[in-house]
Amino acid sequence: MKLYNGGKIITGLVIFLGVFLAPFAYNAGKAAYTQPKLKMPENEKECIESKEFMRTKHMQLLNDWRDWALRDGKRVYVNSKGKEFEMSLQKTCMKCHTNKAEFCDKCHNDAAVSPYCWDCHIQPEGLKK
Amino acid sequence: MNHTRRNFLKFMGVAAAGLCAASAGSALAVSGAGSSIKEPANAANAKRWGMIIDTQKCGTKEAIEALSKACHSVHNVPDIPGNQNVKWIWAAKFSEAFDQHNNYMDEAHETCQYVLLCNHCTNPPCVRVCPTKATYKRADGIVAMDYHRCIGCRYCMAGCPYGARSFNFMDPRKYLDPSKLNKEFPTRMRGVVEKCNFCVERLAHGKQPACVEASNGGLVFGDLGDANSEIRKLLREHYTIRRKPSHGTEPGVYYII
Amino acid sequence: MLEKALKGSPKYYMWVGYLLLLIGGTSGAYVNQLMEGLTITGMSRDVSWGFYIAQFTYLVGLAASGVMIVLPYYFHHYKKFKDLVIFGEFMAIAAVVMCLGFIVVDIGQPQRMLNVLIFSTPNSVLFWDMVVLNGYLILNVLVGWTCLECDRQRLPHPKWTKVLAYTSIVWAFSIHTVTAFLYQGLPGRHYWLTAILAARFLASAFCSGPAILLLVILLTEKVTTFKAGAEAIATLAKIITYAMCVNVFFFALEVFTAFYSNQPGHMHSIVYLFKGLEGHSELVPFMWTAAFLGLGSLALLIPPKLRDNLKLLPWSLAILVIATWIDKGLGLLIGGFNPTPFETITPYWPTGKELLVSLMIYGTGALVVTILFKVATEVKQEIGASQKPAAELAAE
Repeated sequence: MKLYNGGKIITGLVIFLGVFLAPFAYNAGKAAYTQPKLKMPENEKECIESKEFMRTKHMQLLNDWRDWALRDGKRVYVNSKGKEFEMSLQKTCMKCHTNKAEFCDKCHNDAAVSPYCWDCHIQPEGLKK
Repeated sequence: MNHTRRNFLKFMGVAAAGLCAASAGSALAVSGAGSSIKEPANAANAKRWGMIIDTQKCGTKEAIEALSKACHSVHNVPDIPGNQNVKWIWAAKFSEAFDQHNNYMDEAHETCQYVLLCNHCTNPPCVRVCPTKATYKRADGIVAMDYHRCIGCRYCMAGCPYGARSFNFMDPRKYLDPSKLNKEFPTRMRGVVEKCNFCVERLAHGKQPACVEASNGGLVFGDLGDANSEIRKLLREHYTIRRKPSHGTEPGVYYII
Repeated sequence: MLEKALKGSPKYYMWVGYLLLLIGGTSGAYVNQLMEGLTITGMSRDVSWGFYIAQFTYLVGLAASGVMIVLPYYFHHYKKFKDLVIFGEFMAIAAVVMCLGFIVVDIGQPQRMLNVLIFSTPNSVLFWDMVVLNGYLILNVLVGWTCLECDRQRLPHPKWTKVLAYTSIVWAFSIHTVTAFLYQGLPGRHYWLTAILAARFLASAFCSGPAILLLVILLTEKVTTFKAGAEAIATLAKIITYAMCVNVFFFALEVFTAFYSNQPGHMHSIVYLFKGLEGHSELVPFMWTAAFLGLGSLALLIPPKLRDNLKLLPWSLAILVIATWIDKGLGLLIGGFNPTPFETITPYWPTGKELLVSLMIYGTGALVVTILFKVATEVKQEIGASQKPAAELAAE
């Protein structure tokens, strides 16, 4: 097998690999990622679903809640243990999780995601002018 | 295997397709383990919600501004100066409200102000034209909006013959007082359309719409589909008109003149 | 073939560089709009669509107009258009690119644009407009590019391109019809609520579109070795003339219907545009300019002697373009929203930033046209199709 334009291809590959691996090089030697410490509700020990479910699926849950509440008018969520909750980010979730900065933002910042919930919904801390 | 470029590309193509399929498969999980949903127990329900406005009882600028205030503070509607403003319920002259031109009108009607809001039409043109179903008609006749989904194309504004819709040309929060917000209801964001929602969030808790509550009986809200409801009784007893009936939209808001 | 766009004369580089600078500079205004919202435009609660959507509408017409060359060539085997077909198709590509651009800058939440696909809603005309516009873009890219590539290799065009070309002819009518349906299906907007709107759109598209195309082709002749046949130009000018006659006729039908029936709703928009209403007469000088230029262009295009005068033709075309642009690019939208649903007048005028953002998209369109026409003319030169005679070249 003969490699045509070998020099150019190899150079290109080297540049590509360099760019591709740059983040690894940048983070080399730094401490491993640790999960952020979240401020948990003081009076409530159990969320509407299990911790694992909420950690991995809260976005799908909120997505479903919106459609059920707004479109179907079904605003009550009965969880797997039979307990009822009003489907509302401001009136249910944030009544326990009273601090967005100490709860939502911690993981979202680390994961570099910026959900647009708070463009409309009002965080418990209130809005600043 | 022959080491040709052709074979190499074929292999890479198959590998890439395989990777795509694998990652798509893992994203098919669903939410809500062993849970169910239902309507709130104290919700107010109707076959077809409607409103009747007694223009004799509620026909001055001040009276209507009280309604706007009640509505706008409950729904965090900003007060934006100029013609890029947002309003859900407001006052207008007879000639602005109705397309029934009349010469030599009596003074009472000439000076009277009329409550305007979304008509929650039976055949809403806004719902017909919306390209994303961000605005939709619920089974109980309320024309509602999902602000999460609205792309801000403003086709609904062109479609609405009643001028009931407002667009957030700018971030509405710039014109809201943070200390006076209703923390139980969201604001809107820049770039989406909004309008009156017949207080669907209050009906879910068995409450009357905010404007009706503030109107001292000038506005009556109820089920048009129930022959025994108060609103049907009022409709039987009074001559009423609706805005621009010739467009065939079948508004759900009636006016006692 | 795209490599042909990379090599050119210093003048070519300067023009491309100028366009890139223009796009880059004006995109600042768009960034500003993204940060501030559509409040930087002159639009309002009452006039909720403005300059952007008007330009979109006008350019859908330009996109559809390529069919005035493609149709005679494919349906009537009018061979004189053979070497012009590719320019019609490439102009359509640029026009659709601009259309999509104007839609994107007009919507309030552009990052949610794909909701139109995710939650596709067939009862919305906007959904169909998205389908037909993107379909038309794909058809023209496929047919145009493949045929040009085959020409370059001196191969016959593959059979499927003919099928797609026939499809694109019907499709071209659909894109402007669907765009008209965006407007004419709305209750309460009397200036739009008329069955003839789609026909008017097509008529104005088939005069203004080929006029712009012919102007660009005449310009292309000036800067390249390409030369369109005299008969081809004469035929195209004839098509433009007929379409403009129909366009003016259709508008006259609107005026008759509104005023003889004496329907206030139908009259008010026209009165606002041409005479002013409730003390507002912002558009009156523009609409009368359009009327005079429109009739003036007919006076210059109908007599064969004047129409076939190649010195005069560009001017006749230019005033036709201005007339139709005022009609569709200003009057249509502002007259549609005024009087408002409250029987009042809310004046609208685009802001400077709005015009800068529009300039960004027009610049992008010009860049696409430049690159595609460069490729096309180079290929024509390579295969010696429709070239200037050697004597004429030497004289330059």
